[in-house]
Amino acid sequence: MTVPPISPPGQAPAPLLRRILLQGRYESLTMLRNGEQLILAVVLPLLALVGLTVTPLLDGLGGSRVNVAVPGILALCAMSTAFTGQGIATGFDRRYGVLRFLSTTPLGRTGLIAGKVLAVLAVLALQVVVITAVALPLGWNPPAAGWLPGLGLLVLGAAAFTALGLLVAGTVRPEATLAITNLLWILLGALGGIVIPAERLPAAAQGIVHYLPSGALGEALREAFLLGTIDVGAAFILLVWTALAGAAAIRWFKWN
Amino acid sequence: MRSPESPVLSISGLIKDVGPLATLDGKMLRVVSGVSLVAERGQVTALLGANGAGKTTTIECAQGLQTRSGGTISLLGQDPATAGADLRARVGVMLQDGGLPPSARPIPLLRHIAGMYASPRPVDELVGRLGIDTFSRTSVRRLSGGQKQRLALAAALIGNPEVLFLDEPSAGLDPQSRQLVFELIGELRDSGMGIILTTHLMDDAQRLADYVYIIDAGRNVAEGTVAQLLQRDPAVESGTEHIRTLFFEAPAGLDLTGVLPEAIAVSETRAGSYVATGPLTPQDLASLAAWWAAHGVMPGSLSLEARSLEDVFLDISGKDIR
Repeated sequence: MTVPPISPPGQAPAPLLRRILLQGRYESLTMLRNGEQLILAVVLPLLALVGLTVTPLLDGLGGSRVNVAVPGILALCAMSTAFTGQGIATGFDRRYGVLRFLSTTPLGRTGLIAGKVLAVLAVLALQVVVITAVALPLGWNPPAAGWLPGLGLLVLGAAAFTALGLLVAGTVRPEATLAITNLLWILLGALGGIVIPAERLPAAAQGIVHYLPSGALGEALREAFLLGTIDVGAAFILLVWTALAGAAAIRWFKWN
Repeated sequence: MRSPESPVLSISGLIKDVGPLATLDGKMLRVVSGVSLVAERGQVTALLGANGAGKTTTIECAQGLQTRSGGTISLLGQDPATAGADLRARVGVMLQDGGLPPSARPIPLLRHIAGMYASPRPVDELVGRLGIDTFSRTSVRRLSGGQKQRLALAAALIGNPEVLFLDEPSAGLDPQSRQLVFELIGELRDSGMGIILTTHLMDDAQRLADYVYIIDAGRNVAEGTVAQLLQRDPAVESGTEHIRTLFFEAPAGLDLTGVLPEAIAVSETRAGSYVATGPLTPQDLASLAAWWAAHGVMPGSLSLEARSLEDVFLDISGKDIR
């Protein structure tokens, strides 16, 4: 077989939107095919949901156990996918030169990051569907007015955690990214105010969790899905985290 | 430096400083100090240098993967540091470490990358041509070094680029794959592609390159066609003859005294293996053949070698391990 003659100058990229959608689909499928990632993204949040509905840990917080638990579980899902899962994947992509290679294709660095954000949103949407499907039969009945602010804040939380995940993945070795993001997932998941509200945490932790992205997202989602209102303070804290981590990632992210 | 009419890549006075964070002593380090080169359409231009000479940094600046500290770069008439997807669609890159995701399978990966281009090369054609179909069900992680290299080459070619960057393309290739890849590179060059080859393997450069730039310690130290560089013999430059080496195998213990001029050193390196080195002329070869005829000697094997690019390279950049 011979190589066909080269096309005349003017070889063109596929349209930007198509490139980003393709990368988003590719990254989503890669995440969903990864067994460890699925455990982190779906199995552990579901176990936590069941655990919180059969124990009295959340009793007396102004709602049924499941109504208090589900918003925190959704916040945990955002942290799993955007921070831990995406951070680890990006860290290893960096190690193997995948980021460098894709940067040289028409996708480019911007398209690559956009594709990763899209994949985080796609997997998060799937997590919301699964958690909702399990939580509704358990008696979850959020106010209808809570859905719009709740999902909006969930996306904002995912943005903050994506920026933090990229910051870690782009500045330290992938093994360190693996250790840091998994450790923080456990620490913030247990003590960061994400599934267990600040008032149930040790006194020492209560003062700071409001300012953590985990605590802010957990609180904001509980207020939205329990009361149907927006916690402006928590939303502001999430915005600040997104801006700071995003700026730091842009400044210090190393592509190789 | 050459000045062709429409170069695909033109680098002038490239400077790259790294640090202070990347260096141990907290000082800025100049890893490329003034490299210039030009690559033409329909040619293989090789950038040759020892490990750490600055080859990869130079090429990564040209690919837009690293920002430069000084100098100018024009890739297809654009500055790669600021160009967008339009330029990247016309340039193919094969990285030294492949840059392919370990969990991916070859064909879905190639289809994915093909989707980034408006009119990519057919995936099946490259898969067949590079023998990727024989390992299409294996994930990248489990491929051999040579299989990864062939897949990385396919990924670089899928967009049907006008310019192709190859970083150590024959690393890890078995002889058959190497032959296959070299043939393909030759065809691509003949079809008008501008190919920029980075390598520390002199043999690759000698076989493939139309024009060679040798860089050392971040600077240009020599350039020319392979033939021109081979002429850079210290003996030639001082006005004497070109040094060649003749190897032949014949019965052991031949007395060749007086057959060849004194300037040519003849020795029997082991029983029956002879080496003659020096400014050999056609007359010398005729004298030797006449002596063989007169003494009824038929050599079992016979070869004549000029200096290799490796000899030239070692002359220029020194023999110190670095």
